[in-house]
Amino acid sequence: MVESTTSPGTFKLGPLLFIATVVGVAAVAFAYTAGWLSPHRLTPKKIVAGLAPPGGPALGHRRNHAKGICFTGTFEANGDGSALSKATVFARGQYPVVGRFNLATADPNAADAMVRVRGIGIRITTPDGQEWRMAMIDAPIFPVSTPQSFYELLTASGSKDPDAMKKFIGAHPGFLTFVGWAKSAPWTGSYAEEPYNSLNSFLFVDGTGTTHPIRWSLIPAAQPVPVSPDELAKRGPDFLEQEITQRVAAGPQRWTMVVTVANPGDPTADPNKAWPSDRRTVGVGTLTVQQIEPERDGPCLNINFDPTVLPSGITTSDDPFPAARSAAYSRSYNSRTAEASYYPGNATGAKQ
Amino acid sequence: MTTSRKRFTAPQRLLHWLMAICILSMLFIGVGMVSTVTPKYLTLVQIHKPLGIAILVLALIRLTLRFIYRAPALPPDLPEPIKLGAELSQYVLYALMIGMPLIGWGMLSAASYPVVLFGSVHLPSILPVSPSLHTWLWRAHHYLAFAFFAVILMHVSAILFHKLIRNDGIFETMAPVFTRNQPK
Repeated sequence: MVESTTSPGTFKLGPLLFIATVVGVAAVAFAYTAGWLSPHRLTPKKIVAGLAPPGGPALGHRRNHAKGICFTGTFEANGDGSALSKATVFARGQYPVVGRFNLATADPNAADAMVRVRGIGIRITTPDGQEWRMAMIDAPIFPVSTPQSFYELLTASGSKDPDAMKKFIGAHPGFLTFVGWAKSAPWTGSYAEEPYNSLNSFLFVDGTGTTHPIRWSLIPAAQPVPVSPDELAKRGPDFLEQEITQRVAAGPQRWTMVVTVANPGDPTADPNKAWPSDRRTVGVGTLTVQQIEPERDGPCLNINFDPTVLPSGITTSDDPFPAARSAAYSRSYNSRTAEASYYPGNATGAKQ
Repeated sequence: MTTSRKRFTAPQRLLHWLMAICILSMLFIGVGMVSTVTPKYLTLVQIHKPLGIAILVLALIRLTLRFIYRAPALPPDLPEPIKLGAELSQYVLYALMIGMPLIGWGMLSAASYPVVLFGSVHLPSILPVSPSLHTWLWRAHHYLAFAFFAVILMHVSAILFHKLIRNDGIFETMAPVFTRNQPK
C-alpha cells in the first residue's frame, strides 16, 4: 500500500486504489464462481436449453417428460430392504405415494405412439416426514455415460449438420447399446405393463453404516403384451392416459420394487452399462397405483421428481447423473412454475 | 440506540466475524451451485440449506444482543450523509441476514421440497405449495443475493474508507483484536 504524506482530509490515492482492488478482486471471484467467466462450463441452463425443441420449450410444462398423468397409491415395504438400508421407507409398512406416468419428450402434445421411452416419477412419504423421490424409465440402460455426453447428444440431435449424429456415435459408441434396445424391445399398450429402472446407482446405508451400491427397478405385475408401434398409432394420440385411467379404475395396478446389489468392480458410475444379470436382487416392497388423477391441478403437478430427494439411509454414489439431473430439474421447475399462466387451464394468469 | 462503550462487546464482535465468513461463503456457494451440474452441485446445496438456517439463528441472536448492548456512537464529526448511510446500511444488512434464509425456506416450502438440514433432520414447511408464491420467492432470493453481495462490497469499502482515509475509530469498534489506533 502506498503511504500518503498528505494531511488528513485531502485526497489520498493509495488507500482508494487499495479499496478499489479489494472490491474488484471480490467481484471477479464472485463472477468466476457464478460461471460468468467460464462460457464452456456445463450449466443447468445449457442442459435445459438443449432439451427444448427447435421452436422453443412448451411454456409452463416440464422441460422433459412433458406429457404425463398423475396418480396416487401406496408403497408397501415388506421389510427385506432394511438389511441394506436403514431408511424408514424399508421398514415393514404402507406409505403414501404420489406419482406420475410420463413420456420422455419435451412436447406435452406428442402422440403416445411416437415416444419410445416411457417413465414414472414417484414420491414416497414416510410418517417421520422424510421423502424418497425417484424418476425412472423403461429403458434398461441410459443412452450415454456422463452428463457431458448427454449434452453432446442433445446438441448433436438438434444439429443441422447431417453428420452430427454420426460423429456423436463415433465418439460415444455406448449409445448404440441404447439404440439396440430402442429398436428391438417390444412396445406395449400400457404404462402398467412397463418395467421402470432407476438406471443410476445410489448407495444404501445400513444400520451399521456399511454402504451398498445399488440400482432398483419396478417390475410390473401385469403381463406385457407386445403391440407394434403402427397398431399403437391407431389407438389415438393419448391412448396411454386413457388406457391407464380405465385400467386403474377397474383395479389397482402393482409393481414389485427389486433392488440389485452391485459386486465390487461393477460400473456404478456409468448408467450406460448394465450390471451382469447374476447380481443379487432383493424384492423390497410393492408399489400399488390406486387412483389415476388428471395432471392439470393433479397432485403431481407441482412436484419436482428430483432423484436426489432421498431419505436418511440412501445417498448418491459415484454416478454423476443424479447431481446433474437435480440441477437441471430444478431449473426446469423454476422455469415452468414461473410460466404457470401458460399452462393449460391457467390462461387467466399464474395468480391462484 | 447507542452505548458509551467504545467497542462492540466481545460476543457481538465474535458474531460479526463468524457471520461474515458464513454469509460470504453462503453467497459464493449460492451462485456456484446454480451454475454447475457436477456432483459439487449436491454438496453445495447440502451446505447451503443448513448454513442458511444457521445464519438465520445467528442473526436473531445478534439482533437480540444489539438490543441489549447497543452500538458504540458514531464519531460526532462524521458528516450527516455518511452517518445516514452508516445507519441505513445496518438496517439493510439485518433485513437481508434475516430475510434471505426465510425467503429460501419459504421458497422450498412453496415448491413442495423437503427442507433437509442433515440426515433425517428436516424443517417443517412454512408456506403452502404454490407456483406463483414459489416464483415470487425464487426471484426475490435470486436478486437479493446479488444485492446482498453488493451491499457487502459497499460495507467493506466504507469500513476501509473509515480506517484508511478518515481513521475515525469506526473500524476499531468491530475489529476482531485491539489495534494500535484506538478510537479517538
